[in-house]
Amino acid sequence: MIAFAIRRFMQALGVMLVVALISFLMFRFVGDPVNQLVGVDTSPAEREALRQALGLNDPVMIQFSRFIVKAVQMDFGISYQFKQPVAALIASRLPATLELSFVSALFALAVGVPMGVYTGLYRNTLLARGFLAISLIGVSLPTFLIGILLIFVVSVHLGWLPSFGRGETVNLGGVWTTGLLTKSGLLSLILPAITLGLFQMTLIMRLVRGEMLEVLRTDYIKFARARGLSRRAVNFGHALKNTLVPVITITGLQLGSIIAFAIITETVFQWPGMGLLFLQAVQNVDIPIMAAYLLLIAFLFVTINFIVDLLYVAVDPRIRLGEARR
Amino acid sequence: MSIGQSFRGLRARSRKLALAAAGAGLLLGSTAHAETLRFAFQGTLNALDPYSLNETFTLGMLGNVYEGLTKRDKDLKIVPGLAESWEVVDPLTWRFNLRKGVKFANGNDFTADDVIFSAERVRAETSDLKTRIPADSQWTKIDDHTVEVKLTSPNPILHYEWDTWYIFDKEWAEAEGAVSPVSARDTNPGPAAFKANGTGPFVIDSHEPGVKTIFKPNESWWGEPEHNLTEVVFTPIAADGTRVAALLAGDVDLVDPVPVQDIPRVNSDPNTEALTGPELRVIHLGFNQFRDELPTSDIKGKNPFRDVNVRKAIYQAIDMEAIKERVMRGLSTPVPLLIANELFSGSGEFKRLPYDPDAAKQLLADAGYADGFSVGMDCPNDRYVNDEAICQAVVSMLARIGVTVNLNAQPKAQYFAKVLAPGGYDTDFYLLGWTPGSFDSWNVITNLVGCRDETGKGGPFNLGGYCSEEVDALAAKIVGEIDPEKRDALIKEAYTIMTNEVSHIPLHQQSLVWGKRKNIDIVQRPDNQVLFYWATVN
Repeated sequence: MIAFAIRRFMQALGVMLVVALISFLMFRFVGDPVNQLVGVDTSPAEREALRQALGLNDPVMIQFSRFIVKAVQMDFGISYQFKQPVAALIASRLPATLELSFVSALFALAVGVPMGVYTGLYRNTLLARGFLAISLIGVSLPTFLIGILLIFVVSVHLGWLPSFGRGETVNLGGVWTTGLLTKSGLLSLILPAITLGLFQMTLIMRLVRGEMLEVLRTDYIKFARARGLSRRAVNFGHALKNTLVPVITITGLQLGSIIAFAIITETVFQWPGMGLLFLQAVQNVDIPIMAAYLLLIAFLFVTINFIVDLLYVAVDPRIRLGEARR
Repeated sequence: MSIGQSFRGLRARSRKLALAAAGAGLLLGSTAHAETLRFAFQGTLNALDPYSLNETFTLGMLGNVYEGLTKRDKDLKIVPGLAESWEVVDPLTWRFNLRKGVKFANGNDFTADDVIFSAERVRAETSDLKTRIPADSQWTKIDDHTVEVKLTSPNPILHYEWDTWYIFDKEWAEAEGAVSPVSARDTNPGPAAFKANGTGPFVIDSHEPGVKTIFKPNESWWGEPEHNLTEVVFTPIAADGTRVAALLAGDVDLVDPVPVQDIPRVNSDPNTEALTGPELRVIHLGFNQFRDELPTSDIKGKNPFRDVNVRKAIYQAIDMEAIKERVMRGLSTPVPLLIANELFSGSGEFKRLPYDPDAAKQLLADAGYADGFSVGMDCPNDRYVNDEAICQAVVSMLARIGVTVNLNAQPKAQYFAKVLAPGGYDTDFYLLGWTPGSFDSWNVITNLVGCRDETGKGGPFNLGGYCSEEVDALAAKIVGEIDPEKRDALIKEAYTIMTNEVSHIPLHQQSLVWGKRKNIDIVQRPDNQVLFYWATVN
């Protein structure tokens, strides 16, 4: 088990290094950061001096190794545009993204599971067909379009909810800002969370529905019914419980992509999280932020996969045995 | 602010105040008159050091907090700022009489020492505003409220850009470790990057870069406020659709810019309207006249753009009225020169070459390109209003006279990296916009038209490398000519040469389009600075 973990850990490190290298190679094509740093009147000689001072004239490999050596010490440099340490910037934007992501995931679960159960139990009712139609929209419409539609209908037309931003935030101990404790913060959270969570919700709904249909056909459900248990006990105590294993796995895995794909939702709603920070960095060629963000997302995915791998081993001895035999 | 909104604001505020366990009755009384301006712009306000970045939006926002020796009024005329008056003692000596009784936001007095300090600071190695004052000028304090400037050569436009050269408090800067400006290469930026201490009508209450900035009126400002605001909340909103939706939904009061295609939507809402006016920026096309052969052209061994007939042909093939109507939806002002009509007194005497595709074909034939030729064009797609659409229109118009243009439209970051000096001026045909920082022709002539070498020495933004020794000689005369009439005559001479030789093709001044709630009154100056001290909420 320990050997397996160490091997997986080394692989994870390798993946991180490759991600960092590829993103570094891409930065050569995003444009010249110096143009965003100075006004139009700045002379070419001064621009060149600035390039030199920022180390942009060094070969890519030298820039890369310098970045890695510093990154290991948790030093991601200074943002070109904000003139602040990148680590602090990302830390200050992290709460917004995480709150949005977790609320979206919760929304997806809380709505997706009951809808899935319902459509699984009452396949042919009008409501179930309606749910399926909604899920089709959730799967097929791109996120930014859903966001803009929601803004247009709910904010502009009906005037119910704020159209952008995070509302008022409360600072908890100087390290975490939360929008969950103010009314405007909670109201601001609704539309972005629905936008971000809609795809996951439909995914979960369809998964639960499929699993329910499967499970309801199995023998033990028939036996449970034969024993005269109530419908509720059969449907929720026995059937639903057995559908949840894959649902939890998928939700866990999807959490990473919710955080990563928050970029689009954050842009549409001007949500001040990491994704928005990253997109602004791309537009302004703020390489330190881009590098740190990509590495962080890579870290997130690698960590989640690492944990899942370990859990699988813990759960399924066949994997362990297979490794040992080789 | 509608009744519903002000109630909502009132409730939120009073709840917060109750939490603070303060006298609720008293505070309700004061918030009843609270006038908040919520403003959203497409870009972010980053570092607050006003010498870090020479850019209109940043300097405009900081102009609410800091002040220069001069100011510009609602019509961009130079008026006294922190200097009450000034005199040109002789062509090389200027004397400034400073305003008395002015205090910085932290309570320190404003004196001649602060001006001298600021003059040093703005010329420091790390400043991006070095062009504000001549590097070799001598600044001396005559007394606490008089400063004398000695120049080494006459400079009639010395104070033209001083409305955005903001005066620092010497003691504050020294105490905060902000003696030298925060620059892009700083690895450990000083506090001036995130704090501000000016003499202006507003102070910065809180600043989260890229998220939110809150301005409050400066109670101890020396002037008479023309605004009725008690708070300004600035939020960047990058996405066009979200910004317009925020205005329509009533979540913000003022947005800049509104995309031209959304103007009817904003105007059709009973609570909002678009505020439009010409901007000083002039969009122009330029030709590569530097190289002997155009790398992107099928003509080998010679450069067609070196022939004035070809340049003229392309000029006459472009239908500016069509671009104005179709691409800009009526919101542009075609111009005959590389400078905005407002900024040169003689601009009325110049006319654009008429749109005439037949004459253009004839000119091409005369130049020996009866069958046309092909060339690559570079264009930004997120820098100017409808920049890519303008380029596409030009491409189709030139196709009618047989010139095949291969358009390469890119985001500004990539575009500028390619076409400016660090990219080796790698462009044969391009679209560029320019606003002279000094609002003066000399800036245009030296930056856009001056002869340059490969590294950009001479005319750094003359991307195509047009070169006229006559224009260069005139530019040298213009810079030292004190007499305004003679100076304008020299400028006119230079523009005449540029026009006759079709050095560039001036296209138009784009329009500013702000969106606002109808209960907001604000002055829209053509330089696109957003100045809260001329805003009122009704």
